Amino acid sequence: MIHQAKSLAKSVVGKKSTILLAATLGLGGLFFSTTASAAGLGVQQTSAERGQEIAFTRKLGNCLACHHINGGVSGGTIAPPLVGMKLRFPDRAQLRAQIYDPRVKNPDTSMLPFGAHSILTPAQLEDLVEFLYTL
Amino acid sequence: MINETKGKKMNHISTKTIAGLLLLGLSSLVSASPESDAKAFKKYFTDRFPDVPYNDYINGAYTIDKSGRENWEAIEEFPPYEPFIDEGRAMWEKPFKNGKTFKTACFPDGPAIKHKYPMWDKEKKMVMTLPLALNNCLKANGEKPMKYKKGPINNIMAYLAYEARGKKINVVIPKDEPGALAAYEEGKKFYFQRRGQLNFSCASCHMQNAGLKLRSEILSPALGHPSGFPVYRSKWGTVGTLHRRFTGCNKQVRAKAFKAHGPEYRNLEYFLTAMSNGLEWNGPSARK
Repeated sequence: MIHQAKSLAKSVVGKKSTILLAATLGLGGLFFSTTASAAGLGVQQTSAERGQEIAFTRKLGNCLACHHINGGVSGGTIAPPLVGMKLRFPDRAQLRAQIYDPRVKNPDTSMLPFGAHSILTPAQLEDLVEFLYTL
Repeated sequence: MINETKGKKMNHISTKTIAGLLLLGLSSLVSASPESDAKAFKKYFTDRFPDVPYNDYINGAYTIDKSGRENWEAIEEFPPYEPFIDEGRAMWEKPFKNGKTFKTACFPDGPAIKHKYPMWDKEKKMVMTLPLALNNCLKANGEKPMKYKKGPINNIMAYLAYEARGKKINVVIPKDEPGALAAYEEGKKFYFQRRGQLNFSCASCHMQNAGLKLRSEILSPALGHPSGFPVYRSKWGTVGTLHRRFTGCNKQVRAKAFKAHGPEYRNLEYFLTAMSNGLEWNGPSARK
């Protein structure tokens, strides 16, 4: 995060102030979480990055509980690995619908109705789909 | 709120689940008896894990988790629940203020009585569980009842489980008691009913996905589940009761937990234990 913020700073400001800014950033990184310091400088996570966080976090999507996902640790074996998602779901709306309420296609599924039961917000679903399309 | 409304709705629309039950022969729609249910329940697992000897199902996830098993066997050599058994024995033997003990006041066949529960109480017309019977005994003798999930109840339950080790699980649903069958059916419905924001039934994890991994944890098979309770759970850092585990499972799927030894969990225990008829009692035991 800090690294990205630094390079961004470099492109935005002149050479002289770069050193000062970089120093401030370094300090910020020491005292604040990287996200906080980056956000403070207007550097935002991309939708796909937020989606990955949702997929890996237990209290959010927790997709790793059941699916293997590249980049994630100890994915479960209950459901198919999440690979080639764009190929499997060329229609983005269909992928979103599958996460929103997988019972529509398979009433006996073990998968959670993430949208229908308000486990994730519509914005979080969008981020998640964005992330899944990178797989 | 979501839990309840969704749950009820699910009960009516989850036709596939009912189809699944029919396949298992577990639905009352085909006028299944507890005996044929137990047979189908057993067959479901023995078909799924053909290499596992039937009597092994008393070992929870370690029935099928081969790598975890070695670790567990090492733990069982110096069991973390041992001090609880000793404490429980002292509780069993300690006289009440009126001079009577659990044995002389209420449980003449004790201390090996755990295998008699859960049972249908013909007088009270309800499923009687051992913790409830112990507390009824305490109250009848002017003693303070125990809390059901944490604390001393686990000591005495650990001791009583230990004393009944090796006895066969044999839950009886008396045919001349319509209430008993109704309670059993309630427990069965509970078991297959999806609930909570996460929309899981007990069967979703412990039948449908038994043996598969949830992150790095192998989901334990339902067959034999009650045998090892109470369990020393590393996650708890202490011994806990079956109803504490029920509570935890319900909370994990973000559903409303019910009262320990209230009708819902008592009926659930009645059904779940009956499904393991023929296996041995093996409590207390150690779990992750």
